Amino acid sequence: MTEAIDLLLNTSLWAAVLRIATPLIFGVLGALLCERSGVLNLGIEGIMTMGAMTGWLAVYMGAPLWMGLVVAALCGATMGLLHAMLTVPLGLSQHVSGLGITLFASALAYYLYRLLVQVGDLPPTIEPFRAQEIPVLSDIPILGPVLFSQTLPTYLALVAVAIMAYLLTRSPLGLAIRMTGENPHAVEAQGLNPIRIRIGAVIAGSALMAVGGSFLTMAAFDSFFPGMVQGRGWICIALVVFASWRPGKALLGALLFAFFDAYQLRLQTVVEGVPYQLFLMAPYVLSIVALILVARRAEVPAALMAPYRRGER
Amino acid sequence: MRLERRTHTPLYLAVLAPVVAILAALVLAAGLIAAAGVNPLTAYGEMLRGALGSKLSLTEMLTRATPLIFTGLAAAVAFRARLWNIGGEGQFFVGALATAWIGHTLVAPGWIGVPVLLVAGMVAGALLLAGPAYLRLRFGVDEVVTTLLLNFILILFVGLMIEGPMKDPLAFGWPQSVPVDGNFRLPDLVPRTRLHIGLLFAIGAAGLVWLLLARTVFGAETRAAGLNASAAAFAGISLPRTIMGVALISGALAGLAGSVEVMGVTAGVTTTMSPGFGYAGIVVAMLAALHPAGVVAAAVFIATVFVGADAMSRATGVPSFIADVIVALCLLTMIVALLFTTYRVRR
Repeated sequence: MTEAIDLLLNTSLWAAVLRIATPLIFGVLGALLCERSGVLNLGIEGIMTMGAMTGWLAVYMGAPLWMGLVVAALCGATMGLLHAMLTVPLGLSQHVSGLGITLFASALAYYLYRLLVQVGDLPPTIEPFRAQEIPVLSDIPILGPVLFSQTLPTYLALVAVAIMAYLLTRSPLGLAIRMTGENPHAVEAQGLNPIRIRIGAVIAGSALMAVGGSFLTMAAFDSFFPGMVQGRGWICIALVVFASWRPGKALLGALLFAFFDAYQLRLQTVVEGVPYQLFLMAPYVLSIVALILVARRAEVPAALMAPYRRGER
Repeated sequence: MRLERRTHTPLYLAVLAPVVAILAALVLAAGLIAAAGVNPLTAYGEMLRGALGSKLSLTEMLTRATPLIFTGLAAAVAFRARLWNIGGEGQFFVGALATAWIGHTLVAPGWIGVPVLLVAGMVAGALLLAGPAYLRLRFGVDEVVTTLLLNFILILFVGLMIEGPMKDPLAFGWPQSVPVDGNFRLPDLVPRTRLHIGLLFAIGAAGLVWLLLARTVFGAETRAAGLNASAAAFAGISLPRTIMGVALISGALAGLAGSVEVMGVTAGVTTTMSPGFGYAGIVVAMLAALHPAGVVAAAVFIATVFVGADAMSRATGVPSFIADVIVALCLLTMIVALLFTTYRVRR
């Protein structure tokens, strides 16, 4: 028991929390942006897989790491464009289209990986992002190793939260996006084009999701393998609801979730006699519990999943 | 140019839609096959030969189609009522586990045991979907996310069971559950192949689902709930009762897929026994435009792609993941094709 508490006092746990949270932060911000404009994007799981593969592949073929992030974002944006075209101008079921994107993007990623990469006994690796110690700040006891010795994408994720929060709540563009998610007819009446706003939001959101996926292959691990996203996309969709569609709360949700994930990993080593699968189940069970807790007071964007057709009520 | 809703869908369009969707998907995938340096026509020829070319490959394809018919029916029933059951994969595994567990411990003659095991699989699958359906009705929790997350929980649960309480001591450390008793194995449909009478069960299930949806009050209520929930409630249809009924039937069908797969093919449960039957069932249901008869045809097509792609991959070196690409493309092209069966373009 004391061992379980000792784990909590270890700075490596808290540093791991930020690391595990990074792909979730990107993913949840992306999903949140799409949903705020009124489009559910269940393509997230596949888009993260796509980002994980393409970002890694770019670096494997000799591009610098930052270029890997750009490639991942562009591939994610392409998948987002496909989802946007099917669900916004055509008004198809966002559920079915999103699942289709997930199946398509994952299958395409696996296919291209097998086609372009020679896999021997071990999957090939790249030189991933290394932790960057920020001078002076990283010397602060406890806080230093936790907050200021992370990889570049982790810092980017934290900056992205601030930008997203500012964009959505303090900028005219953000107002237009939120209004499109609440009442697209009112947006039209303002002389703006809700169709374009939704397409733009889905493309940008999907790019963020893909960057989140690329963290897995370019910082957390150094290789790609099928099935590596492991439901992180679906967890992001649950986290958006948990965060009631707010970037600040989304960060909190991702950190909370990552804490439980990091803690269960370490708990496995000290608690004996409990099957490890039970620990691995915890994050998924937790997501469902979180959904139940907030469901009653969820402030869902009013026009979420309602296709907009001009002149149709 | 604008879209105008059709008052009814002509039959030729309903039949044409999946054909056009499949052709479009094959044309798109041809680009990827060409990128692998293989002539797409050669590749598709190899696929057809690999799935339909011999008695053995044909029976193998139908063996693969059997669970797909069940999971396709499960998705079709649920989607008709706009219950988004994406948990077919988890329900498949829970059905398989329940069947293996009881099939290993039960001592009974086959004619009692087989129905008992089928019911066990159905009950397990139904109960697994009843949870998310209850959460949606009681708390408004989106069932897409809960059923998806349950898939991951269930696959871990299978791992837990086959390494723990249900571990097969005779499997030489291979992670596999205890097998069902030989009495309860489904007999072969064609001798010396893997094809078993589960295929007939699946086709029978499609017939029963069709009867249920087209010829009963419950079927009409399901359709009404799916087309317009508030209008259905206004007409006096109990939405919670309908949704829960649909959930139990859909979950039972997916559970049955796992049950039949265990009794007909694998005998024991492994974590790798499903190459995504639950997810592919969604594509099957959409290709069938949610019609039970169409489900059988669509399942045969998807099974042809999967089995054919394996053979084609061995012959030409194109990665067999091309099958998953084709299946996913079919889903995307089909929903676009369906748009033209419900709407027409007006200038």
